[in-house]
Amino acid sequence: MNAPLQPHTHFNKVDFKPKDFKDEKTPAFWCAGCGHYGVLTGLLRALSELGVDPNHLVSVSGIGCSSRLPYFVNSYKMHTLHGRAGPVATGVHLARPDLAVVVSGGDGDGFSIGGGHMPHLARKNINITYILMDNHVYGLTKGQCSPTSREEMKAAVTPYGGMEEPLDPILYMLTYGATYVGQAFAGNAKLGAKLIKEGMEHNGFAFINLLSQCPSFNELDTAVSFRNACDELDPAHDISDLNAAMNVVTAAKKAGRIPTGLLYKAERPALHQRMAELVKRVGGHKDYDLKKIIDLSRP
Amino acid sequence: MQGITKNDLIIRIGGEGGEGVISVGDFITQACARAGLDVYTFKTFPAEIKGGYAMYQVRASTERVYNQGDIFDVLCAFNGEAYNMNRAFLKPGTAIVYDSPSDFTPDIPPGVHAYPIPMTQTAKELNNPRAKNMVAMGALSVLFNIPIESLREVLTTKFSRKGEEVVQGNLKALERGRELAAALKKTDPWTIGTPKSKQEVIVMSGNNAIGLGAIIAGLDFFSAYPITPATEVAIYVAKHLPKRGGTLIQAEDEIASISQVLGASYAGKKAMTSTSGPGLSLMSEMLGMAFMAELPCVVVDVQRGGPSTGLPTKHEQSDLFLAIHGGHGDAGRIVLSVENVQDCIDLTVVAFNLAEKYQCPVLLLSDGSLAFSTQSVPCPNPANYKLVERKRWNGEGEYQRYKFTEDGISPMADPGTPGGLHIATGLEHSESGLPSYTSANHEAMQDKRFSKLKTVVNDVAPAEVDGNGTADLGIIAWGSTIGVVREALQRLRADGYNVKGFYPKLLNPLPVQQFEDFGASCKRLLLPEVNFLGQLAHFVRAETSLRPESYTICGGMPFTPEMIVNKVKEILA
Repeated sequence: MNAPLQPHTHFNKVDFKPKDFKDEKTPAFWCAGCGHYGVLTGLLRALSELGVDPNHLVSVSGIGCSSRLPYFVNSYKMHTLHGRAGPVATGVHLARPDLAVVVSGGDGDGFSIGGGHMPHLARKNINITYILMDNHVYGLTKGQCSPTSREEMKAAVTPYGGMEEPLDPILYMLTYGATYVGQAFAGNAKLGAKLIKEGMEHNGFAFINLLSQCPSFNELDTAVSFRNACDELDPAHDISDLNAAMNVVTAAKKAGRIPTGLLYKAERPALHQRMAELVKRVGGHKDYDLKKIIDLSRP
Repeated sequence: MQGITKNDLIIRIGGEGGEGVISVGDFITQACARAGLDVYTFKTFPAEIKGGYAMYQVRASTERVYNQGDIFDVLCAFNGEAYNMNRAFLKPGTAIVYDSPSDFTPDIPPGVHAYPIPMTQTAKELNNPRAKNMVAMGALSVLFNIPIESLREVLTTKFSRKGEEVVQGNLKALERGRELAAALKKTDPWTIGTPKSKQEVIVMSGNNAIGLGAIIAGLDFFSAYPITPATEVAIYVAKHLPKRGGTLIQAEDEIASISQVLGASYAGKKAMTSTSGPGLSLMSEMLGMAFMAELPCVVVDVQRGGPSTGLPTKHEQSDLFLAIHGGHGDAGRIVLSVENVQDCIDLTVVAFNLAEKYQCPVLLLSDGSLAFSTQSVPCPNPANYKLVERKRWNGEGEYQRYKFTEDGISPMADPGTPGGLHIATGLEHSESGLPSYTSANHEAMQDKRFSKLKTVVNDVAPAEVDGNGTADLGIIAWGSTIGVVREALQRLRADGYNVKGFYPKLLNPLPVQQFEDFGASCKRLLLPEVNFLGQLAHFVRAETSLRPESYTICGGMPFTPEMIVNKVKEILA
């Protein structure tokens, strides 16, 4: 049944180029100039470098432009409901801890409708990789403010300009207890690939925020503005220091800058490992005699 | 001490929550079952955590019991509130055992047999104030012939974990209670009969039995979210599933629970969750996806009083509309409902088998009264249950997840299967799983998903027909109301009435022909159910030619046999 398995059983199994991880039947169909192409490029490169067996890879998404990503990846996949990719992926992973599970989704999907799930993926240290494709806007519904939109954004439902403070996904994930938190500009596929690869190798919940421009509905955050605002972390940054990570992010925010790279990494048992320990502790196995359980209800 | 043996005795114990009411009820139940009596319990407790009136009713009989009964024969009142709450139900012949001296002096109505027992005082004298309930239980055992050897055994077993001193302390209080009662003159006729034979039984609540049924069915993955009155299903599973190597997670909300269940199901595992009405409302969207993406799953709804937060600890059968049609779009589900603890085991296994075979959500409806009702049932033998696994792809040819087949069932491929890569999506899709919004495809796919459910009726035992020939009146009942109707029909027949019963367990797809056949054998039809709108009656009128008369109550309590008897007599007068 759900035996404890090494997290990376299915890595280094294939010698595939990034393009071999593309689903031939469904070429990517985002708008021209969309930042999500950069996310896909980074992901395919990471999968290639990991040599992960596509048969043991599950891509999971919710709803939104970004949530179409699994269609373009050569893997098992689930295109679920708006906001629910996290818990669905949790179910896939806990039921079959041998599988590599990658979630992708947008800022609205993850931090608005699905916002209630994010703390629990992080604090429970679910061993999946979550790629947030953060373009600060609802794209599939043609341009409304998202929880990460700039306050001043004029959009379809905010014709006179927005009125709300945006949230910072990175600060939330650090606070929620994620054990791997990284950020990059989607157009920097090299850094994106590195973060995704290491995130998938990481034992526990890996959260990677990829800032991705939406050329169709977000005029405020362009490829150029994102690229120009990004600062790679100081090589001396201590990734084991949670306070340091928070300080870097808050300081950058004040200065209107975006820190990129691996901000924080911690070692803590993942939930599936704790569960496997529990099964071991009670002497559990799939052939455990049912009669022993039934007999406990005798009067 | 003499009494006329009454083979069927109902004892109600009432007191302040935390006074040991529940333990006394449990001990008596266990002892009676151990001695070979059939037991059926009924409990109510406050929605609040501290204090409040708690009630535990045990019905024990030498014959099979199907429900909680009309009203009690014996009341054991631990305090004034318990007395006052039940004062109106005391009738000539009823026996009452109460704490005296105490904070209340009961005004015993004429004809009621009163047995004052110094419960609190005796426990204090024994320097064991918490053993008040043991004194009461000792008195009850003498007065009403509760099998004392079994009682001592279950008490010893229960307290042995707490050490010999605790065992002896409680036994001593029990014996003292017996002495006190033996000194009284018994004037009432109530005495539990001697069991005819001793059968191998287990005693379980409805909620625990659902957990056991799931484990027998091969449950791998359970996602829980706390909600009254369903939480005990998860508690049971949490305790025993790890022994079978399975996984239980407590989710952040019911939406996450059903999402995790579908993820686990996609990964190839048998998965379930349990909830009550409010949780099922939240799951509606994801249940639509389970139908669309053809993912097997089992969802238990232990119904409570609604709508909204409603009456969280009370009994109602009002989620049938939600179970069958909750959610947007045309979505199908299989809906089963359970009558008793035996069904909770057996139909949970059936629910998994149907989910696996038909690759769709299966909802199992229980209710607040059954949730906490403990009943004795024959000890199940796991080898007697036939288990079904989903049809899996054989690896031949090019894999298409949603391939059109004769029976509408397309083989699944678990992740890890070479060549089986596919997407499970809530979007309308082609045979390969890729999005397809053409009219022809949507119509063909809806037809596939619904037509596969046509044979479900053949995989569930036909609805039981209680009685033969043509009847003046037939009663259609579902859920735990069935047990009440069974007894009502026995009484009506004893009074010369020509009546029949019909007890469907499969409520969607509705076994229309079985309804029609039953209806054809009855001159009139009555459909009692515990909800305001008459929900099953609505479906029966919509889907069959039958026009049953609806008899609904929604006071938070189940029907009693007497209510049904009176209603039938009124109709046939």
